Amino acid sequence: MKSDAQIAADLFTGDEAAFTEFVKAFHARLSQYSFLMCGQREDAEEVAQETLLKVFESIDQLRDPNRLRSWVFRIAKNECFMKRRKSIFAPKAELSLDDLKPARLGDGEGGRIDIADWSSLPDDLLLDAELRDAMAKAIQRLPETYRSVVLLRDVEELSTEETAEILEIGTDAVKTRLHRGRLALRQHLDRYLRSRKGGQAA
Amino acid sequence: MKHDDCAHIFELLSEYLDHELEPASCEQLENHLQDCPECVEFVQSLKRSRELCRQFGGSRQAAQLAPEAMAALRGAYQKMMARRAASR
Repeated sequence: MKSDAQIAADLFTGDEAAFTEFVKAFHARLSQYSFLMCGQREDAEEVAQETLLKVFESIDQLRDPNRLRSWVFRIAKNECFMKRRKSIFAPKAELSLDDLKPARLGDGEGGRIDIADWSSLPDDLLLDAELRDAMAKAIQRLPETYRSVVLLRDVEELSTEETAEILEIGTDAVKTRLHRGRLALRQHLDRYLRSRKGGQAA
Repeated sequence: MKHDDCAHIFELLSEYLDHELEPASCEQLENHLQDCPECVEFVQSLKRSRELCRQFGGSRQAAQLAPEAMAALRGAYQKMMARRAASR
């Protein structure tokens, strides 16, 4: 994967090929990010295009080319908030750790934990349209506070620092929200696996 | 998850998976995992869930931009290059 500075340097060459490559790569990422943030395909497409326009219009404000991706996603995040729809952004829910712990089957401390059979999952997500769909739904079901962090850290694979910068929160808040978001996502997927054919808990 | 140890390590699992734990906490957590198959099973499912997110990100489909949208973007890009040339 190209570094942020390299992507910026290529873009500043003015080449048609560099322009096309940049638009193609970021359009795909921004559409997916916005769809999972906004929940609407039409909104996501508008956010992706509006973000790319703003990138070209205001790239002079990017002081550090090493931070290109976080700068782009910060624009996208703000665009998503402008498209804020009550259905998906409200209510503001908090996730409690206790609710995210797996239940124990049977009584006493020696009871086995109640967990789906994760080994039944295919290795390659691409090959399984149903699983892809379940992933998208599971991510969209996360409360916004947690979804915004999980998307940047685990789907976009940005660092804790980059995520903190985009969301304008501290790194400790990123870590706390990421952990709760991951646990909730794991819980949604665990339930999905039980409902999936052949994926019953042992 | 009734053991105090299980509850304690439950809070640290993401930092553990991200290699962000202090060495002492990491050692304590790994010692616990050696004796607790339930926690191992849980950590594996959490790790797999994180992997699915990464695969999901990597498997994004490149949607086709409409020609008008592409033209608007190209216009903005050319203006950007012109501004940069003028400011030199």
